[in-house]
Amino acid sequence: MNNSKETKRVTDYDMQQLIGQVLRYGVLISGLVAIIGGIWYLFQQGSGLPDYGTFHGEGEGYTSLPGIIKGLGQGSAKEIIQLGVVILIATPILRIVFSLVAFGMERDKLYVLITLIVLSIILFSTFGGLSI
Amino acid sequence: MTILTFTLILLLGAYLAGLAGSLTGLGGGVVIIPLLTLFFHVDIRYAIGAALIASIATSSGSASAYVKEGITNIRLGMFLEIATTAGAVLGAILAIYTPVNIVAILFGATLIFSAAMTMRKKHEGALAEGSQLSYLLKLNSSYPTKDGIIDYKLKNIGGGFSIMTLAGILSGLLGIGSGALKVLAMDSAMRVPFRVSTTTSNFMVGVTAAASAVVYLQRGYIDPGIAFPVIIGVLAGAFTGSKLLMKIDVKWLKVIFSFAITAIALNMIYNGFNHKF
Repeated sequence: MNNSKETKRVTDYDMQQLIGQVLRYGVLISGLVAIIGGIWYLFQQGSGLPDYGTFHGEGEGYTSLPGIIKGLGQGSAKEIIQLGVVILIATPILRIVFSLVAFGMERDKLYVLITLIVLSIILFSTFGGLSI
Repeated sequence: MTILTFTLILLLGAYLAGLAGSLTGLGGGVVIIPLLTLFFHVDIRYAIGAALIASIATSSGSASAYVKEGITNIRLGMFLEIATTAGAVLGAILAIYTPVNIVAILFGATLIFSAAMTMRKKHEGALAEGSQLSYLLKLNSSYPTKDGIIDYKLKNIGGGFSIMTLAGILSGLLGIGSGALKVLAMDSAMRVPFRVSTTTSNFMVGVTAAASAVVYLQRGYIDPGIAFPVIIGVLAGAFTGSKLLMKIDVKWLKVIFSFAITAIALNMIYNGFNHKF
């Protein structure tokens, strides 16, 4: 494709393969974790009654990463599922991080900047105290 | 109804949502939200959390294949994600101040729009001459078809960017991928060829949904008991759909699905006006 410049080692093709793999494995791992947590959850509470008619919001344990990790340590099924959810949400974000690295290796300054803007918006919503 | 029954029905519903979504191009959220609210009478806020999860699963699952084939325009997606993520964060903030019945009415209206968009004829041809900005931002590209590689150029970047911001706001507010609006922005405004606009839209949905999902997760909208059957069902459905897509003609499926979606949407709007949420 790019015969004139042999120094250009990373191409758009490499980036496509890399991003494709990130998305595929992210989804697979997230699905597996959700299955494990889900089966355990049904085993423990399957005969209970669901109560979703009114919204109370989930407790600390399911809404923050420290809370989820703490629950995992106690072997809680719901926290295992939430870990799967976090992996699922992290997959597209990780895809942006990998694109950032790939654009950097391609020395495409404009797209390094554009990718950084997208990443900062997402990080802002993650850590910017939007959990009012 | 026990949790086990609830889970099994939801698993089946999510499977059908993923299947229909990947066959018709309408995201998983459009089925998940009505199923949870109208059928199970789940609070719409839990439904929004579940729909976001469904959107990310469908998008990441199917995007991986299209990206590898080189159909998706990664630069275009990345550039437009500035608009969609900023919009999604704004929408997720707006959601706190929006009454749930207004959310239901808006959701119904968006569903009808999405159904109509599925039926619309898309632009197939590629532009030979792009706007100045399209060269500056390196958005012009090429994609593989049966007849070889086709080059295409884009125009009206600003118009597309504005529609994308709106798509992002709706996505954050309603918990859907708003793929129909994304396709509209690329297809009608920027003249991206059909195959490229649908796959690039799909590629962007995951990031847009993730931007608002982190906010919703922290706000307690995502319940593990609802999330796990949704993730597993939607992924399995989308996988089956992508295999089936090669073998069946989806033209009639799109018509039937669009009518079903419109009926559900009218029901949601009616309930919204009667404050039944």
